[in-house]
Amino acid sequence: MIRQFTSALLLGTIGLASAACSPKDAPKETGRAESSAATATGTLTGAGATFPNPIYTKWFDAYARTTGVRINYQSIGSGGGIRQFTEGTVDFGASDGPMTDAQVAAVQGNVVHIPTVLGAVVLTYNVPGLGTTALKFDGPTIADIFLGKITRWNDRRIAALNPGAKLPAGDIIVAHRSDGSGTSYIFTDYLSKVSPEWSTKVGKSTSVNWPVGLGGKGNEGVTQQVKQNPGSLGYVELIYAVSNKLPYAEVKNASGAFIEPSLASVTAAAEGANLGPDTDFRVSITNAPGAAAYPISSFTWLLVHKTAKDPARAAEIRKFCTWMIGSEAQAMASGLQYAPLPAPVVELVKARLGSM
Amino acid sequence: MTATRAGLFRRSHGDRVFRGILTVAAVIIPVLLALLIWQLWGQAEPAVSRFGLGFVTSSTWDPVAEQFGALPLIFGTVVSSLIALVIAVPLSLGVAIYLTEFAPAIVRQPVAFVIGLLAAIPSVVYGLWGIFVLIPFLRSSVFPLLRSTLGFLPLFQGTIYGPSMLAAGIILAIMVMPYIMSVAREVLLAVPNSQREAALALGATRWEAVTSAVLPYARSGIIGAVILGLGRALGETMAVTMLIGNRHEIASSLFAPGYTMAAAIANEFAEAVGNIHLSSLAYVALVLFAVTVVVNAGARLLIWRVARGSGAGSSAL
Repeated sequence: MIRQFTSALLLGTIGLASAACSPKDAPKETGRAESSAATATGTLTGAGATFPNPIYTKWFDAYARTTGVRINYQSIGSGGGIRQFTEGTVDFGASDGPMTDAQVAAVQGNVVHIPTVLGAVVLTYNVPGLGTTALKFDGPTIADIFLGKITRWNDRRIAALNPGAKLPAGDIIVAHRSDGSGTSYIFTDYLSKVSPEWSTKVGKSTSVNWPVGLGGKGNEGVTQQVKQNPGSLGYVELIYAVSNKLPYAEVKNASGAFIEPSLASVTAAAEGANLGPDTDFRVSITNAPGAAAYPISSFTWLLVHKTAKDPARAAEIRKFCTWMIGSEAQAMASGLQYAPLPAPVVELVKARLGSM
Repeated sequence: MTATRAGLFRRSHGDRVFRGILTVAAVIIPVLLALLIWQLWGQAEPAVSRFGLGFVTSSTWDPVAEQFGALPLIFGTVVSSLIALVIAVPLSLGVAIYLTEFAPAIVRQPVAFVIGLLAAIPSVVYGLWGIFVLIPFLRSSVFPLLRSTLGFLPLFQGTIYGPSMLAAGIILAIMVMPYIMSVAREVLLAVPNSQREAALALGATRWEAVTSAVLPYARSGIIGAVILGLGRALGETMAVTMLIGNRHEIASSLFAPGYTMAAAIANEFAEAVGNIHLSSLAYVALVLFAVTVVVNAGARLLIWRVARGSGAGSSAL
């Protein structure tokens, strides 16, 4: 009896320690990145965004095979990427949302945002009886649904946008991300632009105080919630809607056209950004002008130092970036449902890399 | 005699090395715990000084406005764990009693083994199973039934979404059952046969022997088993976050989504950018830590009191 009880207590202690351990994971990651950056020369380390991780993995693998330079990337999230970049524990960071002015100030302005690819966030839904009709939404309607002001599918504002669609009378079950994510940043950035009320009440961030809805963990969590709950509406990255064969909505853009999310319409949004030669690339392209632009699109960025302590490493990073914006690497993106950078942006990045 | 032992001890070099290693191993545990608390406190300090104790009574969680309060998280953690215990304790005790007192010898080992296997399943697998199997089943069959039969209680009212406090409690119950069951079974097995024989000799039925002789004898050990399950339920993260709906809200209905402390930390830590956001998550971890310590300390107290009040056998504890 004593023995059993001791083992019970021991197990309890282990459980307690592991429960309390979870928030310690990130500093541990920091330590690992630090040591690998310090010891392995000829290897670059990066950390950050999870959203572009599939294409980054593919790029780093292809790059290692052609040049022999290995890049060790940890997809720990944009927030973690910015943190580690700021602390200098990695050679480069990666983020889905640009660093804020305060964050740029924290690194004394020693950062260049290099756009890598483009992604789209789509509204996906599960409305019984709709058939194959793609629903149409405009910005204010989406914002009011996510604010909890429109609660039924047959609301007259949704019906007005979708004449002829058989909309049921049921509740709209809103699904959003529960984990902090670049996807949420892009989506809330869009909502903040199209709805003043959203902008003041909720705002934009990787995680916000959602007025309504259920939180799903990860894109796959939201996808499952939409798939399984009749009447639900959520937002996911394009590839998740495509690969799960979920319908996705056409969204009205800034010039008044309803645009279906696709690689072409996302690239069109980036073309509409009209970057000047002195841009720092920290631009939001949600609700971009341009007749064919899909409005919930965004760049994703690598964060690299403007002036590096270690010139050899900096040169390696520049070389990689040059390869990455080249046609061969950009062509790999579309296979994974990321939109390649439009030609003017590629030229701008090329010029910027040359001047570093 | 003492002199001989002292002499032996001095000569034996290996003994001293062994003793040294064991001492180090024993010291490491408290040191680790202290480091953990120190680190957590350091991380949480900005949020502690900004929000104070109001953190545990406020319900706002707004990363954009940098306003944080953990009450819905504490509520969700406690309620989901309680649901788990309400379901798991009778079931696992029932199984344990059946296996030790009633089952034919041939089924004892296999059943205990299979239940033990449940403990080895990773929690993310439970989470996936919950999303794909449990939630559709609950939404289509169990929840509507509960609402139509027990709907007069506020606990079973409102819209049925699927992901909910109740779904999380049920998955937790399945996850903690093997722990409670196997410890309770060991405890019951350790009850001396003379106890049963004495009860039976006095003319008790099998059932009376169990309730009057076996269970009281094993009481404190069984409480220990339940506390072990509770500790696991409080800290469980992955399966819960996949099923609970992740909403910072206190709802009276068990069909409504909720949130737990461990789930919030796991969800938000990687992408938390603001310092105060990060620090608040560390504060949540500190609160979770405190809750687990309080629960464990309470359990110890309970066991001591129970052990003191019961028969000679329990004093062995």
